[in-house]
Amino acid sequence: MVTTEQIWKLLNDVADPEIPVLSVLDLGIVRDVNVSGDKVRITITPTYSGCPAMNTIETDIREKVQGLATVDIITQLSPAWTTDWLTESGKQKLKDYGIAPPVEGGTGMFENPQVSCPRCESANTKMLAQFGSTACKSMYQCQDCFEPFDHFKCHR
Amino acid sequence: MKQDYVLHLADTHLILGQRLGEWCGHNVVLEQDIAMSNIALDLLGQCRSLYQYAAELGGNKQTEDQLAFLRGERQYKNHLLVEQPNGDFAFTIARQFFFDVYHQLLCEELVKCSDKQLQAIAEKSLKEVRYHLTWSSEWMIRLGDGTTESHQRLQTAVNELWMWTHELTTTASYEEALDVPRPSDFKAAWHAKVSAILKEATLEIPAESTKQAGGKEGVHTEHLGFILSEMQMMQRTYPGMTW
Ligand SMILES: [Zn+2]
Repeated sequence: MVTTEQIWKLLNDVADPEIPVLSVLDLGIVRDVNVSGDKVRITITPTYSGCPAMNTIETDIREKVQGLATVDIITQLSPAWTTDWLTESGKQKLKDYGIAPPVEGGTGMFENPQVSCPRCESANTKMLAQFGSTACKSMYQCQDCFEPFDHFKCHR
Repeated sequence: MKQDYVLHLADTHLILGQRLGEWCGHNVVLEQDIAMSNIALDLLGQCRSLYQYAAELGGNKQTEDQLAFLRGERQYKNHLLVEQPNGDFAFTIARQFFFDVYHQLLCEELVKCSDKQLQAIAEKSLKEVRYHLTWSSEWMIRLGDGTTESHQRLQTAVNELWMWTHELTTTASYEEALDVPRPSDFKAAWHAKVSAILKEATLEIPAESTKQAGGKEGVHTEHLGFILSEMQMMQRTYPGMTW
């Protein structure tokens, strides 16, 4: 008999294919796990509408859980994902990986959020572009250590 | 009826996404190449949700892929604005800005409609659209209030695109019949927002002129056929092919 705890534990080992230091639980995209007999229903929500990682994440979850139970994965759009659902340990992992965790504010025209450099902590940084290598990031550069880095955009 | 409406939304997202995707690898600077590809990806993601819903409304007789790729030109219900060719960078920016203002107003209304699925899609899209609108508004101001050359190019783009913008705030018969937002209700809001940015960009608001419409009813400009032939070539040549 598989338990809900076991499933959550397995999900903790499913990584985000685009930012592999984060698990799907760190990202906050797993909304519900429902176990009934040998059937498991897992509800996930996409980060961004066009996130190309969602299909891979679904396959990875299926592969992890398949041996233990029959898996049904449901994609739910509402309530829409927000970066508030990133876990605290997820934010720390991002920073250790060199990606600045979400910083609020600066969403108007010609305004940028004040993001600190994840390498040297300097607040003297500059946004290079609102869009980055994936939908969830923007590009910055530190003006003190000159390290270019990604900022995980605040999404609300 | 409702399927027509959902297809209209989906087609508009798909065709604009395809147009923006044409810039990929050809843009003026890398950062803006990435920005346009990101916006294209958001639009494609949003249109997938819409096509999936349209397929469901049609009793799943056609899949999302068949709806997106295997209909004829007259069955597409996208706005004429989004099928207009990219032109230069200024032209693409102006087209995007006009659309983004409309898109945000639409999503703000859709989250209040009675259809739960459209509500959920709009709630998700709205967060993404805000980024798009900020980006395109900044470029309107940067180019409009920029050099003589950038100002002149953007003013030309605004003038040439103006007649296609009219359709963004027209209400089609299928919108009249459903409990969904009527774009004609936010015509004034669209004009107010657009005028404010054009003014800040030191651009002139074009005088009322010819108004073009018909895309929402399936009557398109010559450009749509070319986009579709490119998008549908593989499925038409090798029906049912998969990766
Ligand atoms: Zn630094």
